[in-house]
Amino acid sequence: MTPSLTNEVTGDAASAAPPALAPVTLRINGAVHQLTIDPRATLLDTLRERLGLTGAKKGCDRGECGACTVHVNGRRINACMTLAVMQEGQEITTIEGLALGEAVHAVQAAFIEHDAFQCGYCTPGQIMSAVACIREGHAGSVAEIREWMSGNLCRCSAYPNIVAAVHAAAQRL
Amino acid sequence: MIPFTYQRTADLQSAIAALAADPEAACIAGGTELLNWMKDGIAAPHRLIDINALPLAHIEADSRGLRLGALARMSDVAAHPGVRRAYPAIAEALELSASPQLRNMASMGGNLMQRTRCPYFRAETELSCNKRRPGTGCAARAGENRGHAIFGWSDACVATHPSDVAVALAALEATVHVLGPRGERAIPVVDFYRLPDERPEQDTVLAHDELITAIDVPASPLTGRSHYLKVRERSSYEFALVSAAVALAMDGKHIQQARIALGGVAPRPWRLTAAEGALIGAPLERDALRRAVESAFGAARPLVHNGFKVELARRTVVRALEHAGGRP
Repeated sequence: MTPSLTNEVTGDAASAAPPALAPVTLRINGAVHQLTIDPRATLLDTLRERLGLTGAKKGCDRGECGACTVHVNGRRINACMTLAVMQEGQEITTIEGLALGEAVHAVQAAFIEHDAFQCGYCTPGQIMSAVACIREGHAGSVAEIREWMSGNLCRCSAYPNIVAAVHAAAQRL
Repeated sequence: MIPFTYQRTADLQSAIAALAADPEAACIAGGTELLNWMKDGIAAPHRLIDINALPLAHIEADSRGLRLGALARMSDVAAHPGVRRAYPAIAEALELSASPQLRNMASMGGNLMQRTRCPYFRAETELSCNKRRPGTGCAARAGENRGHAIFGWSDACVATHPSDVAVALAALEATVHVLGPRGERAIPVVDFYRLPDERPEQDTVLAHDELITAIDVPASPLTGRSHYLKVRERSSYEFALVSAAVALAMDGKHIQQARIALGGVAPRPWRLTAAEGALIGAPLERDALRRAVESAFGAARPLVHNGFKVELARRTVVRALEHAGGRP
């Protein structure tokens, strides 16, 4: 006997009827959100459009630019490349959850200090990626930082300052 | 993206039963490929089966070899001390793939199920592509085909397979384990991929109702002296133009056994068996390596724009052999 499937959400795919909504519980920056969402919604769109957490940015929506980088259970991922319904119960951290109260995170401070941005659009993703990069132990040298931060593109090409900021923060953390 | 039914399962048999029951169902693991296909209209499953809770995330390295669960993440496999020590080509291939974020998400099974990066296949506005829509032709055959195949292509499709780790797995003679309603099959990784012939839409031999469960790499005297060399147009976060995975057993300064697979040149990891034979007894010297490798490229059939890949692949193999042979 095969155990039955759980948590099935049925939509009528054959017709143009609106999709069936799915319940999901998201744990974001320590807060629990019980939502009913379109299963097609990516985590990124859910953060931005439903929860008003607009720090994670939508650049390419194809996993190519890293502007949507968030942490799931402490690991950096592209929020555009996962469905919100797939993140049921996981511990999600966005750029909004990084600072401790009024005190900016050491990586945020280093980005300010090193002027590691121009337009700023990629910055939340860069910072979330950098926090994880340092925690993983992949920020030991400039070359290592360049390689392990390569999933975050900066169209303004502020890379020298970004690398300097990550390097400086890695010394402090 | 069309609406779909979403369901989760933590049970392997249920996942297979759900696939078997619905020809429009697809499994989702990391999501880093499937969601792009869905966003771009390349795939439109009516049912998504989330398999992330299946107990298939193991990474086990011991005297018999390496066993990787289909849901082991690329980053976890690459970081595993047993993999890094005894199967360096696998760790290298993984760490040269994608980005840290994507490697944290993407599963090993999903990596093997990647589809070509051919820009005609991936076009946002649909172009002629037999792989994407059978019978529409191959725009790359007479179009821009600099990044395309030099081995194994057909007039219906000249695409290459983009996986890095599949190339390392091919050189190390790994086996893909799949499970379906008719039972389990163990398929050598090279044979897991189909050549395009007249049906380029079918990338692999995996049936719709089968699921990859694991990848096994047998222990051998060659795995420790293995290397993956990737040549690409950016130094990071880019697919291979050409890549080579090699593994060697050495007798002093001479090659006792060699395994070579190429990436970026064919619809599947391309084993250079002729060169493997010619390398037996060869000293680890550039000219000798070059001569032994030369013969294996007689079968290459470059397209209009990718003739450079023949020489690039030769040099990539030679460099990879030099590096692997120099390993302690």
